[in-house]
Amino acid sequence: MQNNTDTQPQQHPISLYFKVWGLLFVLSSFSYLVDYMQYQGILRWTLILVFMFLKAGLIVAVFMHMVWERIAFTLAILSPPLCLLVLIALMASEASYTNLNRFIFFG
Amino acid sequence: MDNTTQPTTRGMNGLIEDWVSDKDAFKNVSWGKTMMWIFLLSDTFIFSCFLVGYMSVRMTTDVPWPNTSEVFALTIAGEHIPLILIAIMTFVLITSSGTMAMAVNCGYRRQRKQAAILMLVTAVFGVCFVGMQAFEWTKLIEEGVRPWGNPMGAPQFGAAFFMITGFHGFHVSIGVIYLTVVALKVLRGDYEERGYEIVEITGLYWHFVDLVWVFIFAFFYLW
Repeated sequence: MQNNTDTQPQQHPISLYFKVWGLLFVLSSFSYLVDYMQYQGILRWTLILVFMFLKAGLIVAVFMHMVWERIAFTLAILSPPLCLLVLIALMASEASYTNLNRFIFFG
Repeated sequence: MDNTTQPTTRGMNGLIEDWVSDKDAFKNVSWGKTMMWIFLLSDTFIFSCFLVGYMSVRMTTDVPWPNTSEVFALTIAGEHIPLILIAIMTFVLITSSGTMAMAVNCGYRRQRKQAAILMLVTAVFGVCFVGMQAFEWTKLIEEGVRPWGNPMGAPQFGAAFFMITGFHGFHVSIGVIYLTVVALKVLRGDYEERGYEIVEITGLYWHFVDLVWVFIFAFFYLW
């Protein structure tokens, strides 16, 4: 690890940050409009997820400087959360089973 | 680090020396930044557990889930606007992320005064956010929302709401303290020799708080 990182500071044009900032505002407005326009069902869920991932991607990539890191570091940080997909799948299957039982026995 | 040298120190100091002599895998990334990222990774799992738990209870219940669009609606100037409070909170947090990014940029340009001021502005936006959250909690508690039940629908709503937003609000509050401390140290010139990477590390934490809010906004408030 080098300890004199300030000898090669990460200099990015300030305009880039302004663009991303503006884009985040626009995307947030779109997210809010999804609710305001009362879209329902698949369309609502798709739009929510699309805007969510775009916003999250912009924050991690530009604001948190991940695009300028080396691949070794990016992978070490960004790949572990992928195992959450397994947790989500397990819990979703378990939850729908519980819901089914509640429907059958208490519904 | 030179791995061929024989260890000389014994006892507790030896233990510490052995652990810190590990070979580095992440080139050009300081320990401070690595450790902040690893902490944020662990925090990702904590918030994911909350959100997955929320998904589970929402899927299992056969009582209708409260309509968040209406629960978080406000009447402003006689106008009934759905989910408006949460929208404002989202914009406040994104604005604070923007000022934080500017602070990091100023730090690397060694403009320490601007960096410190922008960090303090970020902290003020954070305080605004927590203030609005306190307002939101008060409103819901007055309407009878409790962790074990509420008048609007599925009783799990309260538990998920207080747990998730409470933990996020706690993170924002800690972030405000962290930002203020670092900003004052930056202003005092404590980092003139070591460089201003500390601003970026503090920024990582702050952007993470914003990042978590993106997911809470999508899954808890909009879904």
